[in-house]
Amino acid sequence: MPFVGGLLLLLLGKGRDRLVHQMALGISLVTFLASLSLLAGFDGTSADYQFVEQYTWLPDFGISYHIGLDGISLWLVLLTTFLTPISLLCSWNSIDQRVREFSFFMLLLEAAMIGVFISLDLFLFYLFWDAMLIPMYFLIGVWGYEQRIYAAVKFMLYTMAGSVLMLLAIIWIAYYHQTVTGVVSFDLLDLYALNIPAGLQTWLFLAFTVAFAIKVPLFPFHTWLPDAHVQAPTAGSVILAGVLLKMGTYGLLRFSFPLFPEAAMQFAPYLAVLAVIGIVYGALVAMVQPDMKKLVAYSSVSHLGFVVLGLCAMNVNGVQGAVFQMLAHGVSTGGLFLIVGMLSERRHTKLIAEYGGLKAVMPKLVAMFLLITLASIALPGMNGFVGEFLIFVGSFAEHRWLTVIAVSGVILSAVYMLWMFQRVNYGPLTNPKNQGLRDLSPREWVVIVPIVAMCIGMGVAPRVFLQPMEPAVKRVVEQVRGVGPVNVERSPEMSGVPALADPVPDGMPVPAEGTR
Amino acid sequence: MNINDFMAVAPVLMVTLAACTTMIAEAFRRQREVAAAHWFGLYGLIGLGGAIAACVSQWNQNLVGFGVISVDNFSVFFNITLCAIGILTIVLSLGNADRDQLPLGEYYTLMLFAIVGMMLMASTTDLLVIFVALEIMSLGVYVMTALKRSSVEGAEASFKYFVLGAFSSAFFLYGIAMAYAVTGTTRLDEIGMRVASSALDPGILTIVAMVLLLVGFAFKVGAVPFHMWTPDVYQGAPTLVTGFMSTGVKAAAFAAFIRVFLSTLEPLRLDWAPVVMVIAALTMILGTVVGVAQTSVKRMLAYSSIAHGGYLLLGLVAASSAGKAAMLFYLVGYAVTNLGAFGVLAALATPDRQHDDVRDFAGMWRERPGLSALLTFFLLSLGGFPPTVGFIGKWYIFNAAIQEGMYALAIIGVLTSVISVFFYLRIVVMMYMSDETAPEGRPAVSPVTTVGLVVAFAGVLYLGVLPGGLLSLAADSVASIF
Repeated sequence: MPFVGGLLLLLLGKGRDRLVHQMALGISLVTFLASLSLLAGFDGTSADYQFVEQYTWLPDFGISYHIGLDGISLWLVLLTTFLTPISLLCSWNSIDQRVREFSFFMLLLEAAMIGVFISLDLFLFYLFWDAMLIPMYFLIGVWGYEQRIYAAVKFMLYTMAGSVLMLLAIIWIAYYHQTVTGVVSFDLLDLYALNIPAGLQTWLFLAFTVAFAIKVPLFPFHTWLPDAHVQAPTAGSVILAGVLLKMGTYGLLRFSFPLFPEAAMQFAPYLAVLAVIGIVYGALVAMVQPDMKKLVAYSSVSHLGFVVLGLCAMNVNGVQGAVFQMLAHGVSTGGLFLIVGMLSERRHTKLIAEYGGLKAVMPKLVAMFLLITLASIALPGMNGFVGEFLIFVGSFAEHRWLTVIAVSGVILSAVYMLWMFQRVNYGPLTNPKNQGLRDLSPREWVVIVPIVAMCIGMGVAPRVFLQPMEPAVKRVVEQVRGVGPVNVERSPEMSGVPALADPVPDGMPVPAEGTR
Repeated sequence: MNINDFMAVAPVLMVTLAACTTMIAEAFRRQREVAAAHWFGLYGLIGLGGAIAACVSQWNQNLVGFGVISVDNFSVFFNITLCAIGILTIVLSLGNADRDQLPLGEYYTLMLFAIVGMMLMASTTDLLVIFVALEIMSLGVYVMTALKRSSVEGAEASFKYFVLGAFSSAFFLYGIAMAYAVTGTTRLDEIGMRVASSALDPGILTIVAMVLLLVGFAFKVGAVPFHMWTPDVYQGAPTLVTGFMSTGVKAAAFAAFIRVFLSTLEPLRLDWAPVVMVIAALTMILGTVVGVAQTSVKRMLAYSSIAHGGYLLLGLVAASSAGKAAMLFYLVGYAVTNLGAFGVLAALATPDRQHDDVRDFAGMWRERPGLSALLTFFLLSLGGFPPTVGFIGKWYIFNAAIQEGMYALAIIGVLTSVISVFFYLRIVVMMYMSDETAPEGRPAVSPVTTVGLVVAFAGVLYLGVLPGGLLSLAADSVASIF
């Protein structure tokens, strides 16, 4: 399992900075390849968890080391392993002190994030969820910009305040399982099978959802994000925007909604309203930001509003769009932060007003910038479009008027992104300091090309990404909507073996699609 | 009096013997013969090691000594814990106590006697013996607080501790007298039976006795509103003594607390549980909220220790069998972590200054990466982050609280632990993220201290990743007396 990545970092020796950089990059690349092999072995027609491993850990409490992947978490793991080497590579020069610690924390963070996505045991999940805070805290606090300490502490306390209540809810639900079945269990699959009374569901749902909403961040809980983003080093921002925020939406999708379906259906409209407020508010605030990083940070608030909106629709289109948008946003916003990082590495400022007319000096960088910007504003053919389109299709069926308002967010995002792009890159080269700027170096090419390739690739061939997640998404939707019996089969020996889906001959009506 | 009586108290005897040996060796040491003093710690290590071995052999034996010492698994668990605390403290002291100009002979002797008191306190089943044990322990600790004779704060702390401690002992003794007046005995099991027979309508005297005992224990564990001594004493005492006090005294006091309240006075639960709940809530809140405002790290750790006492009290009121085991586990985890943290602080002190202001930690990472990493790890454990023992301990306590339906207390518990993270992180921020650099001149760390710290680190990590073994041991020990 990709968890090996976490163990490998222990091998990180005391070397010179250069060597440490190379080793860290090597380790993360190996992890990426390992996760690609997961993709190769993944059976895209099955809704079950695959590559399941389970070891008892604290048997008295029904806690086990239980991990596995389905079509949703697979992509998020890949996103994590994809962005980590890139962000390590992008900090090749900008991080020049305490390199060993930096690489250590980055890899620790990667391991914890992967852990979050693959845990099938609530206790284990919480453990990774909390453990992930520590490396991120250090990354912001040690290698960040001027206000880093404030941002790091704010990030830590905000996230923790939400997540401890989730811990209580986790314990609560495990004991509820005991009162129903006689055994304590923290196992997600056991808990899915529970039928929790509606009143209790409300409280538990709120406890979980607040934790995830802070992470997403959903509208009233978003204030930590701009601080954390602006102060974090580039690599930290990339990971933060690319992966960490997705943990919130992933949590909603994996835990909040399917565990407490009734409460979820009850609260979905409210969440959708918050999401739409977040979309419009984030976009409006982004428009007036003088600082590029802050602008991108608020655009994240706006874009993740779309994701939550899609989740709240709770139909196959909406959820699929949401997951796709999670991936797309991870890639394109990661790319934007990389570009901003490259600019500020050269000029040591992130203020839009300091730039202007960059096209004349660094055409290649500007070209890449343009492609990623277009992806971010969801130009058809780029990755952002597919996700948002599916979200709107799904959401329109559920929350018609909210969707109409949300669409304005797309327009606004085009406005603020293009306006920013224009102010930075076009016009006369007014600021003399910008005259001697270098264009992309070979290392930066290596950093940026995979991102751009993914932006386009995901836009041109979305089926490749949508298909493997489809069964899992359908399963979640059914769990929440309560269509058909919900019993996810526990298959500890599924590893890579194709499911028994094939015996149906072509042309025969396929029996009701559902979970097996 | 037969051989079995002595078998039962064998561990206590070994530690006593070590204490006496140290004392005699000190008495016969020539004034200038400094080298000999370095070996005093060794006597303690041998005695405590032997005691642990003896304790291990007592597991499941259920010996009874002299009618009042009950060597059930609960006692064995605590005795081993207390001896281990002693060993770790001595190992951490070997490199530092001398440097801090502590009189080594007295230091080790008093520590060993205090451990004797603690062990007795954890294993006795008679209120009077608890009192005697409490006094043995307390007297040792009072003096240890003031052991650094050049330190004004130490003398002040010791005086405060002594006066307030004497007060609380008086309360405790008065409680024993009341209990005797009602039941005609000081034996816990007999008191328990009398109390159980009249549980529905306990007389006013019984309630008074219970409240007085509660005050006595609450003082020793530093629970609000009887916590006033804690910050001053913890700050004024030599750092390693603080570490010893905050773990050993707390563990022993909780052992007796559990025995008296959860088994003898269990029938009166409806009467005392609401009071303890309020105390627990106040202790958690005050410990963390006031902790935020501190600038001295030792004082901050004192408030943190108050807060941790609050979590333990939460376990006490939520005393399902899981709750009791949770307290035992928590005490062990807390002991390892706190000793580690104080060990790092002690390693940083110089003879003339304790270096315990938050600013003293500024930029420590550059100079002392190893110590900074260790301290960070211990602080994260105190704050309850995985994968440390602090996380498992807190989880276990909240687990018990929720199981018993105490949602409000559990919510207070988790929220205060978030607040506490804020002040633990202040030190981390100083060490890693501050641009300032603290004044130079931190002493070198002796290899023995390093060993001690690494052991503590290993303990915290091991129990955080594989807590299963200790959890089931704790559950077994609890099963033996309830």
